[in-house]
Amino acid sequence: MAIRRGRGVAAINYPTGMNLGGDPTQALVHSTPTGNFMVTLSSVDLGQGMKQIMAQICAETIGVPTDRVVVDTADTDTGPHCMGTFASRGTHRAGNAVIQAAREARQVMLEVAAEELEVDARDLETDGQGNILVKGAPQKSISIFDVALSAHFKRGRSISGRGMFLIPRSYPEKETGAMKPSTCYAHACTVAEVEVDDETGEVTVLTVKNIFEIGRALNPKMVEQQLVGGSWMGISHALYETTEPYYPSRDHGGTDFNQYLMPGPGDLADTEIIVLERPSADGPYGAKGPGEMCANPQIPAVANAIFDAVGVRVDTLPITPERILRALKAEGTV
Amino acid sequence: MAKVPIQFTLNGSEKAEFVESGATLLNALRDKVGDTSPKGGCHQGTCGACSVIIDGELRLSCLTLAETCSGAAIITTAGLAEGGVLHPLQRAFLDAFASQCGFCTPGMIMAAKALLDHTPDPSREDVVEALSGNICRCTGYEPIIQAVLTAARSNSQNVA
Repeated sequence: MAIRRGRGVAAINYPTGMNLGGDPTQALVHSTPTGNFMVTLSSVDLGQGMKQIMAQICAETIGVPTDRVVVDTADTDTGPHCMGTFASRGTHRAGNAVIQAAREARQVMLEVAAEELEVDARDLETDGQGNILVKGAPQKSISIFDVALSAHFKRGRSISGRGMFLIPRSYPEKETGAMKPSTCYAHACTVAEVEVDDETGEVTVLTVKNIFEIGRALNPKMVEQQLVGGSWMGISHALYETTEPYYPSRDHGGTDFNQYLMPGPGDLADTEIIVLERPSADGPYGAKGPGEMCANPQIPAVANAIFDAVGVRVDTLPITPERILRALKAEGTV
Repeated sequence: MAKVPIQFTLNGSEKAEFVESGATLLNALRDKVGDTSPKGGCHQGTCGACSVIIDGELRLSCLTLAETCSGAAIITTAGLAEGGVLHPLQRAFLDAFASQCGFCTPGMIMAAKALLDHTPDPSREDVVEALSGNICRCTGYEPIIQAVLTAARSNSQNVA
C-alpha cells in the first residue's frame, strides 16, 4: 500500500458551435440620437462576458470607443434570433452577426457624415475616439455625436444595421457518413500530475498545465479567467461530479446540488494556463470559442495520469475512489 | 399568522419591519428591506451565497430566523462601499477577475470580510478555510483566494 504518483497527457480538438439543423444568430445595431450605439441580441450573458465582448466587436467595427456601445441581451421574445449561448458558440456566432450589423450601421453613419461634410463617403475614416475625418485632411471632421443628431433630426436617416450569421446544416454523405459539423476548431493540451492512494483510491491532482489555442483572445483577461475556471471544472468532471453518486438504487441518489460534489478552495491543483493565438479564418476578428472547450482536456489527462500511477484504466466518470479500488481489485494488484 | 415586529440596524441604518413568524433573515432582507445583495442559493445552509455579518460574526441568513435579529447590527455586501468608493475587498475582487456570473460574490465577500476583521494578515490556508463554506461554479476559486490576499495586503499598507 502506497501513495503512487503518475503523469498523464491529453489533447483535444473542439468544435465552436454545433450543427443540428443549422446554427444561426442574428443581431441588430442602431444609434441613439447622441451617437451611442445599441446592440440588440437574444444571446444571454450568464457571466461569461458576452456583453463586454459584443461591445468590443461593435465598437471596433463602427470605429467608436467601447464605452459608446450598449448591449441589450434582455429578451428572447422580442430580440433577434439566437440559438443560445452554449457549445462555445457565443463569441463566434453572435460576434460575426454583430460585425455584419455594425458594418451596415457604419455605412449609413459615413453617408450622413459625407452629406454634412460635402464629401464622398468613401473618403471618410473614423479615429476610434468618436470622430469622422476626411482621409488625408483630418482638420475636416465631424463628431459622431453631431452625425447622429443630423441623421435623427435633419436627414431622417436611421443609423442602423442588420446582422446574420448562419452555419448551414451539414448533411452526412450517404456513402461514407462524412459531414462537416463545425467550421472552426479550438485546440487544447493538458498535462496532469496526480497522486493516487492505492489503499483508499483517493486521487490528489498536484498540477495541471494547460495550453489552449483559442484563435484571437478578444479580451485576454476574460479569456484567462474563463480558462482558469474551466481547468478547475475539468478536474471536477474527472473526479467529482455526478448525479448518481450512490448505489445500488436511485433512491439513494442526491436530490439537490447540496449532494453534488465539487472540489472546494482547499482542493485546488497548481494550475498553469498558456494561451496560443492563431486567428481563425471565419471568426470575428479571428476569435474561436474558448468557453466549453476549456473544461475538457483535463478529463482524459487525469485518467491517463491515474493509469500511469496505479496501472488501471477507469473508463466511467467521475473516477471515484471506489471505481479505482474496484479496478485495482479486478487487476489483482491489491 | 401573526406578524412579528423586528428592529435592527442594516449597514448602520435603523430598520423596522413586520415579518411572518418563522421568516428567515434572508427573506426579510430581500423581500421586506429590499437589500438583495445576500443571495438565496440552496436555502439549506450549504452554499454560503446568503452570508451576512451579524454583530461581528459571519452568519448564514437563510438559516437565521429574522425574529432572532432584533437589536442586532447586520452588515451586507451592499453596505461596504462608502461614498461611491469601493471597499478594498470589492476593489480586489474586480481587479483579480474573481467574479464571473457573480451569484456567489456577495457571500464570498462577506466571508472574506469576516476573516479580515478577525485576522488582518491571513495566510493562504486561513483564506481557504474561511471560504470553504462558499460554493463557486465559475472561477475555480483561485482568483477569489488571490483577491482576498490582495485586499489583506492593501489593508495592512493603509494602516502602516
